[in-house]
Amino acid sequence: MSFFGQLAQQTINGLALGSIYALIALGYTMVYGIVKLINFAHGDILMIGAFVGYFVLMSMGMSWYALLIAFAVSMVVCAIMGIVIERFAYRPLRDAPRINALITAIAVSLILENGARVIPFMGPNPREYPVLKNATFSLGSIEISNIQIIVIVVSVALMIVLNYIVNSTKIGKAMRAVSFDMKASALMGINVNFVISFTFALGSVLAASAGILFSSAYPQVEPYMGIMPGLKAFIAAVFGGIGSIPGAMFGGVILGIAETLTKGFISSQLSDAVVFGILIIVLSVKPTGLMGKNVREKV
Amino acid sequence: MLEVKNLNVFYGNIHALFDVSFKVEDGEIITLIGANGSGKTTTLHSISGIVPLKSGNVVYDDADITGIEPHKIVLGGLVQVPEGRRIFANLTVQENLEMGAYTRTDASEIKRDYDVVFTNFPRLKERRKQQGGTLSGGEQQMLAIGRALMSRPKLLLLDEPSMGLAPVLVDEIFEIIQQINKNGVTILLVEQNAYKALSIADRAYILETGRITMTGNAADLKNNESVKKAYLGG
Repeated sequence: MSFFGQLAQQTINGLALGSIYALIALGYTMVYGIVKLINFAHGDILMIGAFVGYFVLMSMGMSWYALLIAFAVSMVVCAIMGIVIERFAYRPLRDAPRINALITAIAVSLILENGARVIPFMGPNPREYPVLKNATFSLGSIEISNIQIIVIVVSVALMIVLNYIVNSTKIGKAMRAVSFDMKASALMGINVNFVISFTFALGSVLAASAGILFSSAYPQVEPYMGIMPGLKAFIAAVFGGIGSIPGAMFGGVILGIAETLTKGFISSQLSDAVVFGILIIVLSVKPTGLMGKNVREKV
Repeated sequence: MLEVKNLNVFYGNIHALFDVSFKVEDGEIITLIGANGSGKTTTLHSISGIVPLKSGNVVYDDADITGIEPHKIVLGGLVQVPEGRRIFANLTVQENLEMGAYTRTDASEIKRDYDVVFTNFPRLKERRKQQGGTLSGGEQQMLAIGRALMSRPKLLLLDEPSMGLAPVLVDEIFEIIQQINKNGVTILLVEQNAYKALSIADRAYILETGRITMTGNAADLKNNESVKKAYLGG
């Protein structure tokens, strides 16, 4: 394959991987934007989402219809989990120093991972994920699989919906208001707790779909599967500027492409090192991330 | 309309309000004046429910609203324009006003109220698509007041509306406050600019280090020797 053919191929692979990172990164960035918490359990929500999808697909058999149901059920289950986790783990610490909530987030993450290992119907062993029959389409020397197309189309559709919610609906405007000034929002009659629950639900819905997409592209489920994509998506969110929604989308895609290009042209083993290296360089030049806002100290 | 009884508030170990009691009657403009750190903002915050009370009661419209969540207090028409305006800088002027109307669902009436706000504050109309953070101080104060009016308040709490504004703008803001009152909204005004506040108020309370030390008709207090000395520059 020619150099440019290879480049185009890896860019498409990266676009698919990157859109999954972007979906996860959006959850990190929205939650951070509103409660200033890095929700380290977010990657594990992805794992739960993938498992729920797995059970639906196994019981219904693989079909387009089953896939649709899998997405829906997984989104609902994860939204509820996100709301419950915020309510019982993070809300009691809302006024505590941020480090306490951060440690709690790590604890929640460990509980979800190890809980999944001991629950009999989940368990520690990796399982093969049911996927659609593979089909590839060729554009010249470039190949794109039906699963990659699904990943990109679903991700883009979800991001369009998210943008609409955040920019044009009443609850989306309230999310932005609360993320800017929680007290002033309460004085406007905005139910701040409801808005925060909604934000966790929204982030978890995106993580649930990312879980199914990720397991379809790399057909496996196991309790620790959320850690690496979660970590990479966190990096994508910081890279794009944590708290910024377009930043998370952009950061995720750039990170995915950087990863596949490194795998294709340099070395598979080095891909993570390159990704983390990019983050270090970007943050040393622009500490708030690519689209991050200036940090503002409120009195 | 509003009665606060024996408010005691602590920040950690610091006793910030000592048995603060006062009344606001329907249709009045009441002002609460006092120096920096005397507890004016704390008083408003405890009425709005964002500062927890150690003891005491807040009675609004014959209902005890002590300890009720802030967003529910707004539902009853008790609305605060917070100190420092607290505009949502990342939202447009229009969106800021929408947030003011957050508790309402009567779309057509809300639309009419936008027009009312835009008629009263034509500057805001010109800038309705601009981000709140790009407005000047005076425009932000008008937006803060307009935003509060969007919730159709019955009692408006105003915390230092003149802070940081040029004298011309201060006059304008006080005229607006009087106009709002004439339209039937009761006002509780907290101010450091005691002279202006006493000029438009019916009655006043003076707060000193967390205690109400004096009360009376605004006109009387304006001529009171000790008030003159402490708050009116001689």
